[in-house]
This record gives sequence, structure tokens and C-alpha cells, in this order.
Amino acid sequence: MSTAPPLAFPAAHPATGDEHSPAAPLSIHDMTVAYHRKPVLWDVDLDIPAGKLVGIVGPNGAGKSTLIKAVLDLVPKASGRVLIYGKPYRRQRHLVGYVPQRESVDWDFPVSALDVVAMGCYGQIGWLKPVTRRWRDKSLEALDRVGMADFAHRQINQLSGGQQQRVFLARALVQDAQIYFMDEPFAGVDAATEKTIVQTLQDLRARDKTVLVVHHDLQTVPEYFDYVILLNMRVVAHGPTAEVFTNENLQKTYGGRLTLLDEAAEALRRGPGVS
Amino acid sequence: MSWSVFDTWVVVIAALCGCACALVGNYLVLRRLSMMGDAISHAVLPGLAAAFLLTHSRASLPMFIGAAVVGVLTALLTEWIRRFGKVDEGASMGVVFTALFALGLIMIVRGADAVDLDADCVLYGALELAVLDTTTLFGMTIPQPVLTLGTVLLINAAFVVLFFKELRISAFDPELATTLGINAGVMHYLLMTLVAITAVASFEVIGNILVVAMMIVPGATAYLLTERLRSMVLVSLGVAIASAVLGHLAAITVPGWFGFPDTITAGAMAAMAGLIFLVVLLVAPRQGVLSQMAHRLMLSLRIVREDLLGNLYRQEEQAAAAGAYPPHVDAPRWMVRLAVSRLAAEGLIQRTNGHVALTDRGRVAASELLRSHRLWETFLADQMSVRPDHTHRTAERLEHVTDREMRLRLGQDTQAPRLDPQGKAIPPEHPPAT
Repeated sequence: MSTAPPLAFPAAHPATGDEHSPAAPLSIHDMTVAYHRKPVLWDVDLDIPAGKLVGIVGPNGAGKSTLIKAVLDLVPKASGRVLIYGKPYRRQRHLVGYVPQRESVDWDFPVSALDVVAMGCYGQIGWLKPVTRRWRDKSLEALDRVGMADFAHRQINQLSGGQQQRVFLARALVQDAQIYFMDEPFAGVDAATEKTIVQTLQDLRARDKTVLVVHHDLQTVPEYFDYVILLNMRVVAHGPTAEVFTNENLQKTYGGRLTLLDEAAEALRRGPGVS
Repeated sequence: MSWSVFDTWVVVIAALCGCACALVGNYLVLRRLSMMGDAISHAVLPGLAAAFLLTHSRASLPMFIGAAVVGVLTALLTEWIRRFGKVDEGASMGVVFTALFALGLIMIVRGADAVDLDADCVLYGALELAVLDTTTLFGMTIPQPVLTLGTVLLINAAFVVLFFKELRISAFDPELATTLGINAGVMHYLLMTLVAITAVASFEVIGNILVVAMMIVPGATAYLLTERLRSMVLVSLGVAIASAVLGHLAAITVPGWFGFPDTITAGAMAAMAGLIFLVVLLVAPRQGVLSQMAHRLMLSLRIVREDLLGNLYRQEEQAAAAGAYPPHVDAPRWMVRLAVSRLAAEGLIQRTNGHVALTDRGRVAASELLRSHRLWETFLADQMSVRPDHTHRTAERLEHVTDREMRLRLGQDTQAPRLDPQGKAIPPEHPPAT
């Protein structure tokens, strides 16, 4: 089993492999991802324009995090291709910033908030070279931008959940990337942190950066994002929020009924010959 | 007790071994991979046996190469079995290292029976014998293990210093590391290679069971004491050296107290490391058992104190005469007594003829608590739609963590009412004490 069979379902977008724009910050061609033999993302095919805040929305298990991880080569792709500004991801790492889910790391690790932020600079510092004053200053500045300068020298387990998320955000800022991927930065944060994140996202957009954010709170989507990807194992719809974020599309994304595709996936997982 | 050059060498070898193990061990502890140290130190056995059978000598280099190959193989096999066998890492490690260890034992017993690579040595090493195996370096006669372990320690130290930031990010956030081009997988297998080499170098000195103690215990001890990776590494080295010195001292003195001959240093060293860990676990300033108990005790004492003040104020409100001693507080008697004497010492209450009453200052402190309590009740009832008769218990907890600033905001949010939901008066805010 490698690629998805061309099952018939209405394509939400007409784009085919060769109509992608070479200058797009992110273009994904026919990407399919499978864990073991169970497909979790089918035929993702989309272009993201520059300078947009993009919400990735869908139910649990829809493959939102997997989409990001597959783009960043953190999980293997069964098929498909990813281009960052027209070139393969491997050659464009320096243009990409990543904020993983907060729960993905051990917050009892013996490092300070400043140490964590400086990790965002490691790619620029290069192998074997130490973190010098210049990088620490840069990290401190980023902490200041998210209102965390006073906490720079605290061990990270002494920070609240919202403060930890702001440390992660500062770490992304020092990466000086062109395109950012953030996995649920709004999950379980306080109101002040939510405000800081929104402000930071808008600053990034003002500097023509592109940010893709996995997001759970449907109510704030129209307010926070100008572009959405509705995802449920496949891209149900994507485009400007005003056009795409409709009740009908949400129904399709969150609708409880098994789609034909889910049934096919289930059959594949059980293996051939079993019905 | 008599100390000789022999004893000095034993301690030097034990300390070199401890430090080499502790350096890589820190990262096993941080990455929750402690059992991987165990697995690799066992699994290297077939590598050693193969090297021995091929070269018919105990020369170091082939043995290190054999160990490194099997060590990395262990890590790879564990990962494969975990991924494709759909079992957890512990189970897959258990399968891999026992199988490899058994294979190694068979190879030693069958193929190398006639030589001095024996099963006893596998278990707890032969530190005392190792001292007698000497070599010459720059015209000096030193025990062979000093040279081997010294070399391994230097390699580990160079690794930890040069790759400090790469190791740190790979251990903390391997996914980010990988997106930055620092391949966390490569760092993992480099670390596993060094764990295997360290296990082999320590093998003849402390055996491959105790080597796990020296890899894990210093790091685990340092983890309890430190807040930065750099200090954790340094403290772990200190623990390793202390275990070596104290371990050897214990080995040559303690059994004598009970009329036994000296015991082996390797065992005493591991036991000493365990003892140091235990002591630190009890007394560590932040995460220690005792300090956490003390912290909880101080907290309950404060709550009892504040409940006493609050209840005295309520008694005054109900116009009862100075209360019976002491107003009811739900806490052990000794804690109430302690709280009363503390409050009296601070001049917040007065004791006369077995009765207690608030002083003026005590009344101010108590009214602040009551204000917090009743504002919280109002807030919970009005804004959180909690039924008014259900607000008391929650407010009772919240009042103890409410400072002036929070109380001011609470006052604003509830539009500074005069009465709480039960119709009791809410005391006014006092100007801050100067």
C-alpha cells in the first residue's frame, strides 16, 4: 500500500500537480501519510499564499498535527512532495520555524526559559559552536517581546502553562523564519497569553511571514485567521476564511457520518479478503 | 585501616569509571532511557565474546569495536521491535538485551572457557585484580584500567563539552532539533555508542550490573539538586567521585566492624551511590521529601492561623463575649495550639485567663480575610452561578491565596457590595499597612 487509490469524492479545489505556484511559501503536492497501514491523511494538495495567518481546523484525529509533521519530515510520507518557496524542504530548513505542542516536551528538564529560547538559534549558530552572548541577547529580546523578560532565568518547571507557551513562541521568533508552523499554541492558555499570541501572529503577518496554526476553537477562527484549511483526513476545503469557513463546509468536516473514504481506509486496515 | 598505594589506585580507577559512566548517564536519565543503559551494558557481551574469539586476545581496541557495534545494534533492534512489533519500549528492550546477553554467555562458556573472561567477572567485575594489571605510560607504571578508563572518560568529556547544545536540544525537544538540522537520531546513536564503549571499559572493573548504578545514580542524584544542565553534569561528577572514595573506605572498614574481611569496592561503591541518592532524596532543597513535607506543614499551619483569626472575628460579629478557648478550627490540637502561640507572639491576639481575643491589629488582619472570603462568595454566586449555599467551602480555600491586589480586583468585579449572598456584612478594605 503506498498511494491512495483515486476514489471518487468531490474535490474541494481544482488544483492539480502542475498548477502550483513556484513562489508560494508552502505547496503540498498529493501528499498521503500512513501510520502502519492506516492512512491518516489522503491526497493533500494545496498552495498557501504569503503573508497569511492560516488556521488548520478539524476534529480530533483529523490529521492536523500529522499534516505539519509530514511537511517537516518528522513523520514519513507515503507519497507526495512538499515545496517551501519552490524548493524541497530539506534545502529550506532555515526558512521554517516550528512550535510543537506544549505537552511534547518534558517541562521538568533542567534548563531556564532563556536556554529554551536560545535553542531557536541553534540552527543559525551551527554545530559545535557555543551559545555566545550575542545569541543570548537576541533570545532575551524575544522573551521581552512576549512579556517574559522577567522570567528569563527561571527554570521552566516554575512557569505556568501560558508562560511556557510564550517561551515556545519566543523560541520561534528567534528562528527568524519566513514560514511558521504552530501546533495548538492556544491550547490551555490564559487570556493574557492568548492576547500575546494573537498580537505576535499579527506582527509576523505585518512582516509578510506566513503562519500555519493548528487551532481548536472554532469561534475565534474568523477573528484570528484570514485563511483556513478544513481537515478531516483529507482537505475538505481551503481558502480565504470568509469564503471557506461556512456552515456547510464545517458540517462536512465535523459531520459524524463515515465517509466512503473512511470506510475504504478501515477496509484497508483490516487487510484484503476480510469484509 | 591501613591505606597503601594499592588503595589509592583502586579509588582512582573507581572514580574514573564513575565519572565516565555519569557523563553519559545524565542524558539517559534526562531522556528517561535509564533502562537503555542496563540493556546496552548487558547486550555488549556477545560483542566482547566475538572480538575475543576472533582475535584470541583481550586487546582493548577489538573489544571496544565489538561493543560499539552491538551497542548500536541494541538501540536499533529495540527501536525496530517497538515500531513493528507494536509493543512498548520496555518490552522490546527486554526481548533484545536478554537475547543478546544469553548469546554472549553461551559464547563465553562454550568458546572462551579456557580463558580468564569468566561469568563471575561479568556480574561484578574485579576492581582489585584490575589494579595488578599494570602497563607503562611515559615511563611510569600504572594500572591498565587507568589508561583505558581515562581514555574513555576523555572521549565522553569531549563529547559532552563539544556537543553540549546539540545534546541538550536533542534530549529536550528532538523534533525541533531535527527541523533545525540537528539530527536527533544521529545524536541518539552517538550517545548509545558511547554508552556501549563506557560499559565495556567499566566491565572488568565493576561488572555489567553495577555499571548501571554508576550510569544512573549520579545523574538521578544531580537531577534532584540542580536547575541547569551544566550544574547537573558537574554535580553528577561529584557524586561519582564521592561514591568511589566513600565506597572504597566503606569496603575496607565497615566489614571489619562486624569481624568480616574486607569486601569488594565495586559493590560498596554502588551501595554508597545509592545511599547518597537516598540522603539527597530526603534533604534536597526543592524536590526533597523533607522539604516538601515542611512546605506542606507550613501551608497547613498558615491556614489554621488564618481560620483562627477569621473565626474570632465571626464570634465578635455575633456579639458573643470573648470566645471560649479556642474558637473551633478543623485541625489537630497541637497545630491549633502552635497557631495560637504564634498569633499571640505576633500581637494579633491577646490571651487573658484562658480566653483569646483579637487585638486591634488582629482585627484588621481578620477583617481582610473575611472581606476576601465574602467577596469570593459574592463572585462565585453572581458571576459563576454557584448556588449561594455552595459557595462557602470554595471561598474558604480561595481566601488563603488572596492578596491585596487580587482582593482589589475582586472588589471591582463584584462592584464592591456591602453584603455577601447570605446577607452578612463585608468588612471594608483597610488602607495598606505602612
